[in-house]
Amino acid sequence: MRDVAVIGVGINKWGELWEHSLRNIFVDAALKAIDDAGVDHVDSMYVGCMTSGLFVGQEHLSSLFTDYMGLNPIPATRVESACASGGVAFRSAIMEVASGMSDVVLAGGVEKMNDLDGGGVTFALATASDQEYEAYNGITFPGLYALMARAHMEKYGTTREQLAHVAVKNHANGVLNPDAQFPMKITVDTVLNSVEVADPLRLMDCSPVTDGAAALIVCPLDMASKFSKATPVRVAASTMGTDTIALHSRSDLTFLNSTATAAEKAYAMAGVGPRDIDVTEVHDCFTIAEICVTEALGYFEKGQGGAAAEAGATARDGEFPVNPSGGLKSKGHPVGATGVAQVVEIVKQLRGDAGERQIKGVKRGLTQNMGGTGGSSVVHILEAV
Amino acid sequence: MTTARYWREVPQRFRLEAAKCSKCGKVFFPPRLICDACKHREFEQVNLSDEGEILSYTIIHTPPSNFSDEAPYAMAVVRLGGDANVLTQVVDCDFDDLKVGGKVRVEFRRIQEDGKSGVLQYGYKCVLAD
Amino acid sequence: MAVGIVGYGAYIPLHRIKVEEIAKVWGADAPSYKRGLMLQEKSVPAPDQDVITMSVEAARKALKRSGINPVDIGNIYIGSESHPYAVKPSGTVVAEAIGATPDIHCADFEFACKAGSESMFVSYGLVKAGLVKYGLGIGADTSQGAPGDALEYSASAGAAAFLFGEENLLATVDHTCSYTTDTPDFWRREYQFYPRHGGRFTGEPAYFKHVMGAGTKLLELSGLKPSDFQWAVFHQPNGKFPMKVGKKLGFTEEQMTQGWLVPKLGNTYSGASPLGLTAILDVAKPGDKIFMCSYGSGAGSDGFVFTAQDKLTEVQGAATQTWDQLNKARYLEYGAYAKFRGKINKLEEN
Repeated sequence: MRDVAVIGVGINKWGELWEHSLRNIFVDAALKAIDDAGVDHVDSMYVGCMTSGLFVGQEHLSSLFTDYMGLNPIPATRVESACASGGVAFRSAIMEVASGMSDVVLAGGVEKMNDLDGGGVTFALATASDQEYEAYNGITFPGLYALMARAHMEKYGTTREQLAHVAVKNHANGVLNPDAQFPMKITVDTVLNSVEVADPLRLMDCSPVTDGAAALIVCPLDMASKFSKATPVRVAASTMGTDTIALHSRSDLTFLNSTATAAEKAYAMAGVGPRDIDVTEVHDCFTIAEICVTEALGYFEKGQGGAAAEAGATARDGEFPVNPSGGLKSKGHPVGATGVAQVVEIVKQLRGDAGERQIKGVKRGLTQNMGGTGGSSVVHILEAV
Repeated sequence: MTTARYWREVPQRFRLEAAKCSKCGKVFFPPRLICDACKHREFEQVNLSDEGEILSYTIIHTPPSNFSDEAPYAMAVVRLGGDANVLTQVVDCDFDDLKVGGKVRVEFRRIQEDGKSGVLQYGYKCVLAD
Repeated sequence: MAVGIVGYGAYIPLHRIKVEEIAKVWGADAPSYKRGLMLQEKSVPAPDQDVITMSVEAARKALKRSGINPVDIGNIYIGSESHPYAVKPSGTVVAEAIGATPDIHCADFEFACKAGSESMFVSYGLVKAGLVKYGLGIGADTSQGAPGDALEYSASAGAAAFLFGEENLLATVDHTCSYTTDTPDFWRREYQFYPRHGGRFTGEPAYFKHVMGAGTKLLELSGLKPSDFQWAVFHQPNGKFPMKVGKKLGFTEEQMTQGWLVPKLGNTYSGASPLGLTAILDVAKPGDKIFMCSYGSGAGSDGFVFTAQDKLTEVQGAATQTWDQLNKARYLEYGAYAKFRGKINKLEEN
């Protein structure tokens, strides 16, 4: 198995992109990654997209995107794992390079969500849950994470203020990100007083609905310098874990076993532990998610993620800087693109190329991408070479 | 939703029909083909109890479009009879009376309608036990 | 071989609206409605409740009290004037929910407010004929009154279920009769949302004529006098009518009070006298005689004489009793009530 490097990154400004279609949003980010990598060809492509079918009635992305990228007839695979689609696309691309099957592979992610109204978006996203035993009875995604939050508050004493601190911190980071959808500062009060969504979660506990794409170019590590002048970033670990689709099937509603499993395997693969990670991008679809993820990654004791966030442990200058990009909350969450965008941010950080968001002296980063209520999780550890 | 997809789940939605692994006794709702605990493939049919306990709850303020007229409504993860968990609405209650550990019982209610002319879809909800 | 009731159950939804609250919206004089109708408030079904859901809950309670295996139920009849479907039976959904399928005969009944007693009448008949082991007859409604109309004060929701059989009887059915003529006092045409009625014509030529007709015939058939009965229950579209007809037949207020639910419940249409009967069964003692006369517009009346048996006292407490359900209430304002009952014009769905 060959060592794999990320040599190109591409991302567009995320938001409500009324003038831009699904295909153009993807192609834009993909071309940026190709330009950044300095490659003159692509052998194969993986695209993470949760449900272009429900959002814009379009499937068969393998054909659509290779066509519009001018890349026919290369092989292409559309990857779906709900909100972990992007992370799994990246993992798949890594495997194709590591195995020797291809040399230059594009891993991209995209979602075009805003053509549907609120009800339609909620319906589409609910397909990540158990249709017959969760969605059928009237639950929403905020509702599922609210159940997680209530259980966490009951079991560990986590407070709404602690949840709010996660959103505040991510917005403080997002202010410095020119591609973020909502680069504005907010306060704990903003969060606590925002519109009720699913008790105890409010609007500002929830990531937004976003159009956007991100893309990466991967190649064998020993070919990196042939294409790109930038610091190559080595993939030290690429892992995935799954868990029950329904939240209520789990013995502990507060614990993300899929993330913990993937993280444990990733640390083993990379030969490191949580304390060796300098910068992290996690899947903060809701504030409580970030708290549970940091616990599952082993950054904090079970139940202490809220207190840690409140104490500033995950801020840019904290012990475990989390989501310097602004996270899903401030940066946006075009579902299929998120997992890829997380890697874009870590690569930029490891290259020293993150502008005002740069965290000093980072050598190793971790990304965690998750589908549904944690039914699937993907973890990558990346190192500057 | 096609009527077939609704009709297929009726034994579960109407009668709480579940499956108990013949080897290790784990109860699955809905029934499955293989036990995730011991990988055994034979089960006996059991019906979940209609009495349970709240493990967590929330109040939905922004509902999906097919539930839009019902908001706000409460939903809870409920452990029925100590055997298996379900996710249901909790109705006919004051939200202030909801608590983790609260006792509930199941009632047969209308869950959804397929528009003004489609099939009526029934299932289980919970009410607070007196 | 005696045939009778082997199980019974009632279901009354939690929500209520008071006469004052309705009168306020339409500028009507609440005290005069309360006096005239002898009615204070009525039950309101939640948007997720209908004849099917309430019938399931009532039937489950009847099953609890009977202790029988639902697969032994040979027929299920649900009588209502607010079946959720115009075409597709309520009975099949309920039969599926209580585990009585597939060896069961099913039909939905309709005859304005008499449909519930009809289901009871025919279920009893099938058991008596030896065609089924147990028969399930249910009366349930979620009837609507047009906004601002007199019926809006009383049209309410509830369900009563009765299992009939030949063993372990809670009460025998001693006599039945029926009195029917074609009388257009109250009707609803196909595709109309609300019913219409003939105003004062619904009194003497309709309700009183038929209840008196069936009631008098029933007393003759049984050879009993009103004073031989401990309990009497009549169809109750408002508080006044049943009391008036009962006294006309020779019954006293004391005999009628236990089954007289309407002042707090409203008119549950096909559930009306059946629910009154469940309230009586909740407290009756072995040997007590019960007189029941339903009424359905169009018009007709079904009469029954029951005698409570020893086993009744063993099962009265086995499920929630009718007055306990009636006394547990959550009050709505008119806006919430109108929303619950689908009376508000919303944007047409596409």
